[in-house]
Parts: sequence; C-alpha cells; structure tokens
Amino acid sequence: MNERPETDARPPEEHGENLEGERSAAIRDSLAVGLATAAYGISFGALAVAAGLDVWQTCFLSLVMFTGGSQFALVGVLASGGVAAGGSAIATAAMLGIRNVVYGMRMKPIVDGADEAHGIWRRVAAAWVTIDESTAVALAQSTDRAARIGFWATGITIFVGWNVTTLAGALIGDALGDTKAWGLDAAAAAAFLGLLWPRLKRFQAGAVAVAAAIVATLATPVLMPGLPVLVAAVVAVVVGWFDLFTRRPAA
Amino acid sequence: MTTWHIILIASAATLALKLAGHLVPAGFLERERPARIADLLTVALLSALIAVQTLGAGQQVVVDARVPAVIVAAALYALKVPFIVVVAVAAAVAAGIRAFV
Repeated sequence: MNERPETDARPPEEHGENLEGERSAAIRDSLAVGLATAAYGISFGALAVAAGLDVWQTCFLSLVMFTGGSQFALVGVLASGGVAAGGSAIATAAMLGIRNVVYGMRMKPIVDGADEAHGIWRRVAAAWVTIDESTAVALAQSTDRAARIGFWATGITIFVGWNVTTLAGALIGDALGDTKAWGLDAAAAAAFLGLLWPRLKRFQAGAVAVAAAIVATLATPVLMPGLPVLVAAVVAVVVGWFDLFTRRPAA
Repeated sequence: MTTWHIILIASAATLALKLAGHLVPAGFLERERPARIADLLTVALLSALIAVQTLGAGQQVVVDARVPAVIVAAALYALKVPFIVVVAVAAAVAAGIRAFV
C-alpha cells in the first residue's frame, strides 16, 4: 500500500471554531485514500490465485495479514519458488511488516487520546488496521482529534474495501486460466513498483533501490528462488547502519 | 510445509509486529539508526522483488515481455497515473507483446 506524502499536512486551524470542519476534512481524506487503495485489492486477489493460492487462502491473507506490501511479497516469492521457497516467503513478508511497528508506536498516543483506559480489543483492532495509509492520513491531520478520526476511518474503509476487492480479484484470477498470456507476471512487477515509487523521494532510498535490484539479479542464477530478495535486504542494513549515500548540501 | 502453513506463519508474524507497535513501550525503533534501517529495508525488499519479478524465471535471468511492461509502468507512475490503471496497462503491454510478437 502506498505511503502518502507527508507534505500535505494542512496548516493548523484556529482552535475551537473548526471542529466540524476538521472532522469532515479527516473523513474526506480517509474516504479518498481508502477507496483508491481498496481498488487495488483486485490486483492482489488475481495475482495470489495466479501464484497458486486458492480463493480461501487469498481471502485469509487480506483478512488477517492485511498489509499490502507483505501480501504481495508473500505471493510473489511463492509464484517464483513454490512451497519450497516458503521460508523465504515468510521472511520477506515479515521484514516488510517491520515498518508497521514504527507506525504503531506513532499511532498509539493518537488512538489512546486523553483517557488511557482502553480495552484490549480496541488496542488489537487499532493494531490490525495500522498500515501505511491509516498512519499517513492520521499524520496529515492538524489536531489529535482529527488524526484519531482519520486513522479509524481510513483503516476501516480500507479493511472492508480491500477484502471485498480481494475476493473479486481472486474469482477473476480463477476464471482467467493461463496467467502469463494475460500478462499477470508483468502486473506483479508493476504492483511492486507502485509500492516502491512513493518511497523514492530521497537520494539514499534511490541508491538502495538500485543496489538491491542489482544484488537480487546477480544472486538469481546462484541461489534458490526467494533467497535473492533476502540477500538484497543486506544492502538496506549496510547503508542504513553507516548512513551512506546521504547528500549533504555543499557548505 | 504446505501453502496453509506458510500463510499461517507469515500472517502470525506480521500481525505480531503490528501488535508490538501498540503494546510494547516505544524505544528501540524510535532511535535514529534502527528507524532508518527499517525504512530502507522496505525500499530494498520492494526493489529486489521488482528485479526478480521482471527478470527472473526460476534460477535464470531472462529479458522478455515483462521488461517493456515495467518500463511503461514506471513512465505512468512518473505521470501520476493511479496504481490500479498502471497495473492493468502493464499486464496489457506484456499480454499484447506475447500475443503479437
């Protein structure tokens, strides 16, 4: 799922007067982002079935895993390596889910709001819908109250929409038959590119993307399917640890 | 391992990560270096998946109809065309090349 640019935060509004306006702005943002995101559940459903999952397994992933990057990655690795690449598929999906930990830490105080005494189920529900989009919409609001509304409205809109469109996509994929003739393998690559695109604003991210692609390609002939992607993750650890490829302005 | 095992383990892992963010006190991942690595990890994995999905065929590297499809997709993303449209166009480009070339 795409992360929205953080630059569209509105300027802080006058306090007290615009409560209603804030609320409707948060809901408007949520619906716009939510519906656009939910639409591409269709491509996930179709690709998962093309990778060999059945309709139940596909829907289970959207209901329980419910984080687009990990879902696409899991079915992508299974498509290239089959069940034998299961370990790599799990590791790749899990590593892509690490960013949700960071999102959760940012969303926790917003979800809690003023009173700390929330039930465990509400916490679990909040964690369940903590994804790129719900976090991005929440962070784009100007007050905590609007952020809370944006978080829940976006999360719930996408949860419902994503699961409906996943089922539709899985049924369509099931009916297609020969997926290569329909170009679904190229569609999977384009889907990953769409998830990556909004993250390439900084030079460092671009450098990591290029290096990781080269490493994965070079490793493909020598490693089992699934492993080249994991090896490429080392690029992120090395560049991130030493903070390489940062462009500092010339003094 | 069956496909169901893979799905259950991977789903448990990603769900546990989401819960960890909300239930475990903030700390480690808020520091600069771990936060930066977590961020770049997403970029590296997605980019590697693009490379393998575009050029890989089992353990071989091949250039076929997927390459022009991905180039078209990149151009469309640069023009801010919506995700679902780009994915459909990429599929159509690859399918068209395979049908007519």
